[in-house]
Amino acid sequence: MNLATPYLGLQLANPIVVGASPFCDNAAVARQLQDAGASALVMHSLFEEQIEAEQHALARHVEFSAESSAEATSYFPDYAEYQLSPDNYARQLGRLKADLTIPVIASLNGSRPGGWTEHARRLESAGADALELNLYQLATDRLLGGQEIEERMRETVAAVVRSVRIPVAVKLSPFHAAPANFVARLEGAGAAGVVLFNRFYQPDFNLEELEVQPTLKLSDSSELLLRLRWLAIISPQTRGSLAASGGIHAVEDVIKALLAGAHCTQVVSVVLRHGPRVISSLLGGLRRWMEERGYEDVGQLRGALNLSRCPDPAAHERANYIRILQSWRV
Amino acid sequence: MASQIPPFDWQKLHSRGRVRVAHYAATPGAPGASAMVGPTPTPEFITCDGNEAVASVAYRLSELIAIYPITPSSSMAEACDEWAAAGRPNLWGAVPRVIEMQSEGGAAGAMHGGLLGGALTTTFTASQGLLLMIPNLYKIAGEMLPLTIHVSARALAAQGLSIFGDHQDVMACRATGVSLLASNSPQEAQDLALIAHAAAYRARLPFIHFFDGFRTSHEVQRITRVGDDVIRAVIDEADLADFRARALTPDAPTIRGTAQNPDVYFQGREAVNRYHAAVPGHVQTVMDRFAAATGRSYQLFEYHGHPQAERVIIAMGSAVETIATTVDWLSERGERVGVVAARLFQPFDIAALLAALPATARSIAVLDRTKEPGSLGEPLYLNVIAALARGRPGLGDAPRVVGGRYGLGSKEFTPGMVRAVFEHLQGASPRHGFTVGIIDDVTGASLSSDETFDLEPAEVRRCVFVGLGADGTVGANKNSIKIIGEQTGNHAQGYFVYDSKKSGSMTISHLRFGPRPIRAPYLIRQAGFVACSQFRFVGRVDVLRYTAPGAIILLNSPYPPEETWNRLPRDWQEVMIAKGLRLMVIDATKVATASGMGRRTNTVLQTCFFALSGVLPRDEAIAEIKAAITKTYGRKGEDIVRMNHAAVDASLAGLQEVPLPATVEADAWVTPLPSYAVETDFVRNVTARLLAGEGDLLPVSAMPVDGCWPTATSRVEKRNIALEVPGWDPAVCIQCNKCVLVCPHAAIRAKFFAPEDLAGAPGGFLSAPFRSAERLGRRYTLQVAPEDCTGCSLCVQVCPAKDRANPRHKAIDMVPQPPRLERDRAAWDFFLRLPDPDRASLDTGTVKGSQFLRPLMEFSGACAGCGETPYLKLLTQLVGDHLLIANATGCSSIYGGNLPTTPYCSDSAGRGPAWANSLFEDNAEFGLGIHLAVQRRAASARELLAAIGPRVGADLAAELAAANQSNEAGIAAQRARVARLKESLLGDSSPEGRRLLALADDLVRRTVWIVGGDGWAYDIGYGGLDHVLASGEAVKVLVLDTEVYSNTGGQSSKSTPLGAVAKFASGGKGVAKKDLALMAMQYGHVYVARVAFGAKDSQTLAALREAETYDGPALILAYSPCIAHGYPLHLGVEQQKLAVESGYWPLFRYDPRQAGEGKSPLRLDSSPPTVDLGRFMANETRFGILRNIAPERAETLLVQAQDQVRRRYALYEKLAGPMATTPIPQTPP
Repeated sequence: MNLATPYLGLQLANPIVVGASPFCDNAAVARQLQDAGASALVMHSLFEEQIEAEQHALARHVEFSAESSAEATSYFPDYAEYQLSPDNYARQLGRLKADLTIPVIASLNGSRPGGWTEHARRLESAGADALELNLYQLATDRLLGGQEIEERMRETVAAVVRSVRIPVAVKLSPFHAAPANFVARLEGAGAAGVVLFNRFYQPDFNLEELEVQPTLKLSDSSELLLRLRWLAIISPQTRGSLAASGGIHAVEDVIKALLAGAHCTQVVSVVLRHGPRVISSLLGGLRRWMEERGYEDVGQLRGALNLSRCPDPAAHERANYIRILQSWRV
Repeated sequence: MASQIPPFDWQKLHSRGRVRVAHYAATPGAPGASAMVGPTPTPEFITCDGNEAVASVAYRLSELIAIYPITPSSSMAEACDEWAAAGRPNLWGAVPRVIEMQSEGGAAGAMHGGLLGGALTTTFTASQGLLLMIPNLYKIAGEMLPLTIHVSARALAAQGLSIFGDHQDVMACRATGVSLLASNSPQEAQDLALIAHAAAYRARLPFIHFFDGFRTSHEVQRITRVGDDVIRAVIDEADLADFRARALTPDAPTIRGTAQNPDVYFQGREAVNRYHAAVPGHVQTVMDRFAAATGRSYQLFEYHGHPQAERVIIAMGSAVETIATTVDWLSERGERVGVVAARLFQPFDIAALLAALPATARSIAVLDRTKEPGSLGEPLYLNVIAALARGRPGLGDAPRVVGGRYGLGSKEFTPGMVRAVFEHLQGASPRHGFTVGIIDDVTGASLSSDETFDLEPAEVRRCVFVGLGADGTVGANKNSIKIIGEQTGNHAQGYFVYDSKKSGSMTISHLRFGPRPIRAPYLIRQAGFVACSQFRFVGRVDVLRYTAPGAIILLNSPYPPEETWNRLPRDWQEVMIAKGLRLMVIDATKVATASGMGRRTNTVLQTCFFALSGVLPRDEAIAEIKAAITKTYGRKGEDIVRMNHAAVDASLAGLQEVPLPATVEADAWVTPLPSYAVETDFVRNVTARLLAGEGDLLPVSAMPVDGCWPTATSRVEKRNIALEVPGWDPAVCIQCNKCVLVCPHAAIRAKFFAPEDLAGAPGGFLSAPFRSAERLGRRYTLQVAPEDCTGCSLCVQVCPAKDRANPRHKAIDMVPQPPRLERDRAAWDFFLRLPDPDRASLDTGTVKGSQFLRPLMEFSGACAGCGETPYLKLLTQLVGDHLLIANATGCSSIYGGNLPTTPYCSDSAGRGPAWANSLFEDNAEFGLGIHLAVQRRAASARELLAAIGPRVGADLAAELAAANQSNEAGIAAQRARVARLKESLLGDSSPEGRRLLALADDLVRRTVWIVGGDGWAYDIGYGGLDHVLASGEAVKVLVLDTEVYSNTGGQSSKSTPLGAVAKFASGGKGVAKKDLALMAMQYGHVYVARVAFGAKDSQTLAALREAETYDGPALILAYSPCIAHGYPLHLGVEQQKLAVESGYWPLFRYDPRQAGEGKSPLRLDSSPPTVDLGRFMANETRFGILRNIAPERAETLLVQAQDQVRRRYALYEKLAGPMATTPIPQTPP
């Protein structure tokens, strides 16, 4: 049985990829994920803003109060001979590449046009097999419209694609007005694929302290449905790769994502809950399911229930919404 | 616009009314002038300060460097440590072993051993540190070991401590057998560093190479670098081989350090004579080799001046530079004067002195930068007298020789003073033992001098920059000097003056540039360019005093040009017009903020300086600034570079000239005179003048003769440094008083009072009903001292009370200070007049109750957000009226006891902490001594009471003797009894009665608290601390644990945690922090607590109260956030919580009184770690920086640190658990 699947021009051994997560920080854990059968590893996002903030903080704190006292003209060693902004991310990427045989996909979240390309090149030279651009930004400015935001994103993708030779995927948020159109534009800009969809920190309220606190809840299978629909809609309309991210918790979820058109599925929450070995059991389940139904190649599954091939396309479209509401009994 | 502003015409400025000066044709070999003689190889110029110049040579010549921080030498040790951490090799390709010791005494011991072991050894020290090395110096000289010590010579602590420069420390080593070699400038310090090392090996004897602390050690100059080739040419490898061959080895065993009997000791002491006698010859030989290699020639004594000089000054150190330039000026005008620079002070070579001294000399002044009370004269004078007596037998036409003192504690020494000395020598009978630079109206010993005398050549460009500590002015100026020194071919000099405060401190940078070497080791008084980086200094700091006529003044102003002019006070406008100044303004803060640099205006003002000064063509200057920025920040991140470059580009567009009107407008405002709350004559006549910057003018008679100064002076000084202060909303406030507790400066306080007390309250004085079940109907006020607040915002961070409808608004929010100043000032004055509560009636066991106690430490100069002062303030609240503090040298002695004003103060009855500082190393013993004296006096009083009890009333006597003074009420009752006792003794004329009257107050409880930092407690003072704790005496020890030597700039101590970066631990500390608490607990009889006020204020309070009442020794380790941790200190409270929750700083109290059957005296006051240690560490630069420079090591150390935290907590848990037996004594021995 062939579980291999193409993704961003890479040939993955199976469709289960470990999505952007802190697993990549620990080389031993990364090795366990590989041993459990993960076909690729996406590193957590390198946040350009965070790097800059850290650099500023470091410079500020080292300089702060320097040269204000006769006895203490500084408070830290003078690291003139050290690089104070090393790329720990690239270093870790290099380490993973040395340790692992599966592809390692670097992930980047930038804020400035120049910054994206600089970091992208750096990650490429550190050995990344592909790049995943995490374009999500909160549009809080009432003067900034959706079209403008999307155009900037498209330009960014184009710039990054031009600056590197490795394939570039784009991880999208579900909040685009016309995802299919936007994916087409990204493809035009050179993106090798898209990841549907991003999940992000969302603020919660602490009623005790009257404070707003960022939280990240682990996903569950219910989140998959949103992904299934858009994978199904987009997959017939793109030549690029598709990854399902968010809500993959059981083997059924993997199968559904593939049927909707995904080349691979990204798992994070389920591994956080159950540990790396869950990947083996997902793969085992996938194999069993395919065997029981006579599938020999995972490619046969891919897109079988997408908009162009499913028996009832309307189920993916607006009619579904109306029917569900009408059938709801209070 | 800026582009039209022409560069400044310096020649025009200096040609106004200035005398043109030609350089006097110096004799060959004259100091400084000699620098241009001989076959000079292609010189490599560097721009650095004296310390760096010396360290660079010493490092390359050493294999073992034993170090310990002390101002002003620390940066030499720091540089060596950093170079070693970076793997920089010495001359022979090996990386020297740099080791920090627990004290200079320890360093000396290590060096002694290192030398015997055959390692090329050096160190850097000063002042008290050098004194601690003296015992070993005798040994090292006695055993003929070639140690070289580089000393940035500094004053000694006598009537007061001084971190500044003179030669008292070096002169204290005269008897040890160490040779003393002086250098006078950064260039010479570098050169003579090499000569000292080479001579030591040649002579087989130790050398101290010294140069003036700060004046030379911290003066930045462009100098010619001593390259490795020069070192190789000067150092004789054969000497080194001989030294190494003498090393202690079991292959050829010998014995050293024998005990010698009367039969041989004397002879043995004399056996070394010929080696000492040979030292001058060796030194001159090395100097000659150096001259051959570099063209810079030095002599044991060097003469500079008129060939037939009649009046001659003999001196050592940087003063020689000033004397030489003054000699040039006077000689040009026909005066027969000269100067002899003594370089090798000891062994003193008579022949060399006589050879240098012109035969025509008739009148000689020997200037010493030291003081030996009661001596016939200071050391250089005595040596010269003895040399002349021995060198010119008969003394028929002997010159008259007098000695004088100058420059102690970095007192300025100027050409005007040199001139005064020469004039003094012209008199019929010049006085011996004169002083210059001060006004001695007590013995009349001082010479008066003309402070306006200015002989600086027109070619020298002089610039003064007045800045704020945190705005980067000094850093930018150091950068400018480098650019000018290394890019223009000009010589450059920079010297930087800091005030004594750690928060809101002012810096004044003095920069000189010129085509020839700059020999002016004194402050600039007339500058052609003066910059002021803070508009708030306008009208408050006399910036214009530095301006020469026609000078440019560059002002950072938030206002447009016309408005800026109108906002200048009348006296500023008048001075500017009268002096014909050109006023340039820029809103540097706006440009800096727009570029993302916050309030750091340094880059902006530096760009303006280059644009205006014309030192370099403008475009070239901008390119150089940008290149320097790239060099400085390139390794810190591209974005930082980009931001600074953007600031450079944006600077000139905002630079504008303000055209000066011909006259001052009639309605120009007048600078208000500073209003000090003068309470005593002393404050009026002394303190207020120090605050006004007139301290140099105070005569000797104004000084306390024994160094005893009044307390409660910080309240006089309204520093007004906060841009924002907390504003109180009574409607939201829950009156918890947490803000009062955390305030490092006692600038926010709470009181409750009767409604009728509000009579006469100024408008804007706020109050609210007091939330108290016991005191119904009272009012409550939370009041800010607007001019004493530093704006740190800790209070706002800790405030738990939020407005329900708008949680961003708390009971206190930071609000702009200027609009509220008048209102808050009146409210504060009124608040102070409200009565303090009766101490005995307060529940001081709660945070809320304790914070109604009046703090007896207020408005210190500590850093904004300081983590130490809240503990001290709380201590003074709880026990301040019967408190004696023994304070180790360090941050707490500087903000606690650095003039001009000091924070300890007194209550309405005049009682308050009595404070004293002895040294750094002896504080525990010092405090124990005070305690023993207090105990002895109290015991004597009780004994007398027992003897004459019946005469004062048996009941009263019995009550006095047996009084329970463990609480406020008990102390108050005892004070009342003492008052009655004193009354009854007034008529008693018996000797016992009179003695008891004098000792009566000693019957009231007095507590000695021994206070210091971790450098003291963990390192230099540990032996003494351990002994004092072991003594069982009821002294209390408060360790303000910042985990580094904060005061000297963040050097590692044994308290520094695993994984933290600190100076002397540049690669991250690889061993765990010493568990001082555990060590103290093992005694069993010591009360020990580990506290962190920001994590659990009630536990801190409880620990201080328990320690105070414990009848035995107590040790409190107080976690103290510090700027050396590298995070914004207003977040200190949150970070303390993380420290505790992560197990980094577990809270506990070990109270021997609690030990019972099966019960441990140890109580854990914090839970097992609940937060990842990495989260705590990630917030602080001291840990974070290691992740950048050595990520793998950072990860390894983090894992170790986590493991250590877990293991330590488990150990504490075990110790706190039920005990099988109770072997621990419950009371002190």
